[in-house]
Parts: sequence; structure tokens; C-alpha cells
Amino acid sequence: MLSVALRRIASAIPVLLLVSLITFGMMRLIPGDPAAAIAGLSATPQQVAQIRADLGLDEPFLMQLGRWYGGMLQGDLGRSILMGKGVVAVTMERLPVTLALSAYALVLTLVIGLLAGIIAALRQNTVIDQAAMMFAMIGISIPSFFLGLLMIIVFAVRLGWLPTGGYIPLTEDPWGWFVTSTMPAISLALLQAGLLARITRSTMLEVLRQDYIRTARAKGLPARQVVFKHALANALIPITTVVGIIISLLLSGAVVTEALFSIPGIGGLLTQAVLNRDYPMVQGGLLLVTAFLVLVNIGIDMLYAFLDPRVRYE
Amino acid sequence: MSETGALPLEAIRSEAEPEPKRVHPAWMTLRRLFRHRLFVTGLILFGIIAFMAAAAPWITDINPNRLSMRNKFMPPGGDFILGTDNFGRSLWSRVVWGARLSVIIGVSVVALNAVFGTLIGAAAGYFRRLDNLLMRINDALMAFPAILLAIGVTAMLGPSTANVIIALGIVYVPRTARIVRSSVIVLREMEYVQAAIAAGAGHWRILRHHILPNAMAPMIVQLSFLFAYAVLSEATLSFLGLGAVPPTPTWGNIMAEGRDFMRDAPWIIAIPGVTLMITVLGLNMLGDGLRDVLDPRLRIQQ
Repeated sequence: MLSVALRRIASAIPVLLLVSLITFGMMRLIPGDPAAAIAGLSATPQQVAQIRADLGLDEPFLMQLGRWYGGMLQGDLGRSILMGKGVVAVTMERLPVTLALSAYALVLTLVIGLLAGIIAALRQNTVIDQAAMMFAMIGISIPSFFLGLLMIIVFAVRLGWLPTGGYIPLTEDPWGWFVTSTMPAISLALLQAGLLARITRSTMLEVLRQDYIRTARAKGLPARQVVFKHALANALIPITTVVGIIISLLLSGAVVTEALFSIPGIGGLLTQAVLNRDYPMVQGGLLLVTAFLVLVNIGIDMLYAFLDPRVRYE
Repeated sequence: MSETGALPLEAIRSEAEPEPKRVHPAWMTLRRLFRHRLFVTGLILFGIIAFMAAAAPWITDINPNRLSMRNKFMPPGGDFILGTDNFGRSLWSRVVWGARLSVIIGVSVVALNAVFGTLIGAAAGYFRRLDNLLMRINDALMAFPAILLAIGVTAMLGPSTANVIIALGIVYVPRTARIVRSSVIVLREMEYVQAAIAAGAGHWRILRHHILPNAMAPMIVQLSFLFAYAVLSEATLSFLGLGAVPPTPTWGNIMAEGRDFMRDAPWIIAIPGVTLMITVLGLNMLGDGLRDVLDPRLRIQQ
């Protein structure tokens, strides 16, 4: 188990180094002078020069690179122009909001996706199966911001049941949080639920075809026990690896959902940063979110190794 | 007994009588595709959108950007078949021209992936020395959440159609390369490839004639799903204000502009939204059908 962890962490280091190199390089994608782009058209040359000095863009390239990695080791990813604070501090302020929303959406995804997938597999080629798979197909095809807008029009504007947007922190008022987060979480979860339902169904069908399931049935075990104890337990193992992909999709989706429902999370923060040319914020935020995802995936791989002994001895 | 014993022989002979038709394998695949309900449904749905995109100048008689304040907020049905927006612009025209842009972006992203995904994937899978380096870069690019990376790249490059295509290329080429690489690794070890190497065939010839044709099926499946992701991501980016610059109509920016009027004119959002959904649904069905027919092994993974 320890060796799995060490190996996995070791393989993540070059990925993280490259990820930070790519985010460092992104600022160099800006055509022309980034400082001029940030300052805007009406800026005086002095202002532009000031911004250039603030961002360290007047230094030689290798110095800049050294400063980027040096800062990274000290937990310093530069300052947000818009917020006037350190990128890491701003991100950490907003992260809990996005994590709470993503966790809510993840729960919805797992409940809907697993249930739909298992039921479809057990009732293969029936109307129930087809209905569940049609639902999954629509789920993966409906753009989350469109679903969000439709829900706002129906439940907030027409029926007035839920607020159109805004956010109440979980720690202040749990019920208020639940009310304001429900529509965003549903619009965020449906895509992943559709994906998960499809994967769960095919994994379950694969497991149900195995010899040991036939043996379990042949020796007269009740159907319920065969399905839940023998089939599902084994089908869930490969599905854990999918959870990493789902979390990545949730964090991606949160950008749009938070912008749509005006939720003050990472997504809203990054959208604002992008629209206001706050490049250091975009750069640092992207790096932090990606590093977080890499860590989540290490955790999931370890869970997988824990659940499936075969992985441990490879 | 003797009569019944003679029957099978007769049957065999009469069945063998007509010369067996030689059918080209491509025809067999096509026939199986057209018997696949999901594929045909997807083809029809996407076909409608592709037709709209191709025929845009001929099926819309009104410029998508022509303002007509007298006709603003017309609901669907009257003089304007799909209604008008806050500037009195015809939504039918705007959605059709938006389809054109979506299809152009989808085709471009798919083309970029077909070329660079194949090149990088084949190089990594075939030349083991390149594998480590290329796949590390690939892993790093795939570690970013897809839409976030696309947003970051378009934010840096500036909003425009070309930059959206570049950003989506950077996001998705590593994923395609990975798929090509894994087929190439398997094929490279096959005996017929080893035989070709023993016979003295060069690397180029082996890749071109022996490996890549057999690695195509999973890539074609991937590209059809990729078309769907590209259309969806483009709509998301332009909804956030990072796509083609208004007034150029895209489904995403029509919906973003419609947000301010969703109480009284919800159709401004609903019409491009439904069109977008039909497109993605059609492409996903197409992809499922292609996967079932071309690459049945993948059915388990998706």
C-alpha cells in the first residue's frame, strides 16, 4: 500500500512541474505586450511600465522562470490585479464555496447515476433500460448552462419557488445554502450522472456475465444477494476510477454554473479574472485547481489499490 | 431413411449453386451502420443541423444582424418564424448562422485532432524513445480541467473564432493522441507487423500501411464524440463572452444576450439552446452507433 502511494506521488511530480511550466507559459501566449493588454488602451506608457515591473516582465526570461518556481515553493503565485491580494489567498477564500457545491453535485451524480445504471443493467433490453439510457443520453447532451437557464426560467422566474441566483454560505445558514445551491447542483450534476449511468450499466452487465455469478445463482442464492453482494461489490471497483474524471468535470462545470447563478466560488472568480484581464489570477487559479485535481486523483488511485488487491501486487 | 439422408446433400448443393456475391468490407460496415437505429437517428438530427449550416445563405433571407426595432421581442410564429430578439433581429437567421459557425468550429477541431492526434499518438506509440517525453506533456495537459484550460487559453489569446479553435485543439489533441497511442502499441507487437519489419519494410511504410489503418476505428469513434464536445465547449465559451465577438451570432452569445430578457422573451434562450442540444444529442448518438459497429470492444468502457 505504501509503495503504491509513493509510486503514485513520484509519478505526479513531473506532471505537476509540467503543469506549472504550461501555466507559466500561458502569460507568454498573450499577443504583443501583456502589460499593455492589462493596462488597457487609455494607459500612459508610465502605467504600462509600472505594470510590467510589478509582474516582473522586465526581467530576463530565465529570471522570471526562476522567480515563478521559487515563489511556488513558498506558496506565492503572484498577486491578483483585480483583488489586490495574493492569488493563493484569494483562491483559498473561494475554494470552500466551490467544494461545497461540487460535493452536493457529486452526491446527486452518484445517487442518480449509480441507481439508473444498476436498474438499467438488471432490466437489460426492457423499456426501463431504454428509458434510463435515453435519460442518460439527454443528460450528456444537454449543456449545463442551458439546463440552468431553463430551471431559472421555470422554477425561479415563473413559479418563484427558488431564487434566481445568489449564495448563502453553508456555515451561516444550512437551509439557505441548500435552497440556493439546489438548482446549480442539479444543472451541474446531470452531465456526470448521465456518464456514470452509462458506465455503471456496462460495467454491471460485464460483471453479471461472469462465471462466479452463474455459480452463485446455481447454488441457489437469492437474487438480491447475488446482485448486491456479488455483482455490485465488484462492479463498483472500476467505477471508483471514474469518480476522478467526474470531479474534474464538476470543477470545470462549476466555472459556468457559478457564473450563471452568481455564486462566489473559484469559477466565478476565474470568469471575472478572465473578463478583466487579471492574468496572474487566471494563471495561479488554474494552477491551483489543477494541482488540487492531481491530488484528488492520487487519493482515488490509492482507494482503488485498497479495494482491488490485484493492483497492489502489480 | 434413404430419402431423408439424401436431403442435406441436395440442400447444400442448391445453396452453393449461386455464385457467392463478393461484397466490399466497407459496404458491409455501412450496411450495419444503417441498420443501427441510434446511428440513423443521430445522422438525421445532425444532418438537419449540417444542412442548416451549409445552406445558411440560401435558407435565410434576412441578414442575422439586421436591426429592426419595430419588430423587437416578436414571439415565434408570426412574420418571423422563430421570433425576434431585443433588437428585432430574426432568431431563425441568427440560429442558422450560429449553426454555420458551430459546424465550422467542430470540423476544424476534429481536423486538428485527426492530424496532430494521429501524429503525436503514432510517434509516441511506435518510437519508444519519444513515448516518455510526449506522454508526460500529454498527461500534464490532460491534468487541467478541460473547459478551464480552454478558458485560460482563449483568455490569453483574446476572444475570436480562430482562438477558440486553437484553445479546443490544445485541450483535446492530447486525449486523441492517447487513444491512437494505445492502439499503436498493441498493433506494433502483432505478428504481421513483426513480419513486415523482418521483411525489411521501413518505419514510414509500416506505420502508413500496417499500423495506422488498423488504428483508425477507435479514432473515428473518438472524433465523433469530439465534434460534440467541441460544439458544446464553443457554446460555453461564447456564453461566457470568450467566443466569437458579437454581433457575430453564435448559439452561446445569443443565449447570453437573452439572459436579460428571460422573463418576457424566454424563446431567445430556448431556441438556440434546443438547437445546441439537438446537435450534441445527434453527434452523441452517431458516436454510439459508430462505436457499436466499428469498435465493439469499447462498448464496455464507455
